[in-house]
Amino acid sequence: MNAPILAVRGLVKHFGGLIATDSVDLDVLPGQIHALIGPNGAGKTTLIAQLAGELRPNGGSIALDGRTIDALPAAARVARGLARTFQITCLLPDCSVRDNVAIAVQIRQGHSFRFLRNAHRDEGLRGEAETRLAAAGLAGRADEIVANLSHGERKQLELVVALATRPRILLLDEPMAGLGHAESQQMIKTLRALKKDVAMLLVEHDMEAVFQLADRISVLVYGRVIASGTADEIRRDPEVRKAYLGDGDEAC
Amino acid sequence: MSISKLGRPLIALAVLALLIALPLLAEAMGQPALTSMVARILIYGIAAASLNIVLGYGGMVSFGHAAFFGIGGYVVGILYAHHASGDPLLGFIPGTNQLLITLPAAILVSGLAALVIGALSLRTSGVQFIMITLAFAQMLFFLFVSLKAYGGDDGLIIRRANEVPWLNMRDKQTVYYVCLAVTTVFFILLWRFVNSRFANVLNGLRQSEKRMAAIGLPAYRYKLAAFVISGMGAGCAGALMANFLRFASPDMLHWTKSGELMVMVILGGVGTLFGPLAGAAVYIALESILASWTEYWQLGVGMILLFVVLYTHGGVQALAQRLVGRQT
Ligand SMILES: Nc1ncnc2c1ncn2[C@@H]1O[C@H](COP(=O)(O)OP(=O)(O)OP(=O)(O)O)[C@@H](O)[C@H]1O
Ligand SMILES: [Mg+2]
Repeated sequence: MNAPILAVRGLVKHFGGLIATDSVDLDVLPGQIHALIGPNGAGKTTLIAQLAGELRPNGGSIALDGRTIDALPAAARVARGLARTFQITCLLPDCSVRDNVAIAVQIRQGHSFRFLRNAHRDEGLRGEAETRLAAAGLAGRADEIVANLSHGERKQLELVVALATRPRILLLDEPMAGLGHAESQQMIKTLRALKKDVAMLLVEHDMEAVFQLADRISVLVYGRVIASGTADEIRRDPEVRKAYLGDGDEAC
Repeated sequence: MSISKLGRPLIALAVLALLIALPLLAEAMGQPALTSMVARILIYGIAAASLNIVLGYGGMVSFGHAAFFGIGGYVVGILYAHHASGDPLLGFIPGTNQLLITLPAAILVSGLAALVIGALSLRTSGVQFIMITLAFAQMLFFLFVSLKAYGGDDGLIIRRANEVPWLNMRDKQTVYYVCLAVTTVFFILLWRFVNSRFANVLNGLRQSEKRMAAIGLPAYRYKLAAFVISGMGAGCAGALMANFLRFASPDMLHWTKSGELMVMVILGGVGTLFGPLAGAAVYIALESILASWTEYWQLGVGMILLFVVLYTHGGVQALAQRLVGRQT
């Protein structure tokens, strides 16, 4: 197979006595969705925060395209093509939906040390923001202030903003959580269409979505990867059934 | 929204016309002191609006902006002192009384000071940032108090306002018009600035640094640039104030001055273009009205500030907008 776009080796994170990440090894291959599942408090969000560079691991190493990024701060990792969405949405609440996307476009383009030219009339920013919003079905909400969005719309906007950085790998922290059925199906369609261009590490509790989307699945329990394999392998794995999927029942 | 888009520049132009006519009006009304009061409002308006760049747009609560205000004033004062005595500063910088030199020099030096103070302070955030900016400003305050060569405690008297080619700066009205011209240029630049790409970044950083990092923004250099710009604006105001009062003193750097600038920003409307200017007007008007009634005038200002914070949701600017019946 081809080389992993994201390779994690021996990652460790302690919070005092608690081991939130316990020697995690993980590979995400180009063109694939790698799902990361696990019970509440397993350490999924903590792992993503370390991959994104927001949280410093106590040990181990992370490589992007074969080059280690351990020393890079979060912003520099984005420039290398790594983007994330947040489980608890983290947007600019006082800004319009359009401006939330436009600022991501602006930063991707560089040129933020411009002090006197009007940026709100910059078609390069507005235009791309609106195209991206239209593609996500949010065009009608472009002028709305983020604070007025529904939960589902915020989740969708998180994805649009992350994509505006033009990532090659996306870390998605529960993008379906709290979405209605129709919204979830829409999200699944969107992610499936994306995956040929953008590899993904998908943290998700919705097992239906996971089994529909994932090329590989890793199971995290108490910070440790207890199993990793294809969807079928994971479905059959006795240890996973015991620890996570609920012994004896059908998955999901 | 469309009304306010059209209305804002119209109001600004009307206010400008009024300010241009003011010395004549004040003269006609037999209130020549009014011109001086408005000059102070303009100067503090520049300083408060500069503070607002970091405080209101960037969300960085600097409690030390009087430092840059004071440095701007002392640049004018010290250059004047060397001009008057004839011996160069540090043995090689000749003194000068030319505003076209002293004003840029004041902006430059206060910008450099902001670069140093900002570079160190911006490694912290929240309450720590407030305290460290305050500490730096107080250090500079005591530095100027101890500089006996430049008047120490008593400050530095500037016998004549800086000269400007073809203008008679001994005339108070001319000084007023120079202040008005600088203020106008300053607010035109600021108006461009708040709609720029850089301001987009600042706006984002205020709302969520985490989000900005997640879309690839290295925050520190942008915050530092904003801090330097803000310091330069405060320095410009300080230089004007030194010319207007013909005096520079450690009081300009005292922490209470930083507090006053903050009060003006909050009174006028945090994160708005003209709010700080309105705040400066309200503050200085209150000061002169209340001070004539009671020596405890600051108590009155405090109570009004409390009212503004609790009830107006955005200062005088927002209050006026609501009274006129439109929202931004
Ligand atoms: N900053 C922190 N300080 C201390 N403990 C933390 C911190 N962040 C997370 N933890 C702990 O680390 C463990 C893993 O938390 P994390 O949020 O990564 O779990 P998760 O798998 O994302 O859970 P969920 O499915 O509920 O989102 C939890 O026990 C949590 O309490
Ligand atoms: Mg989580």
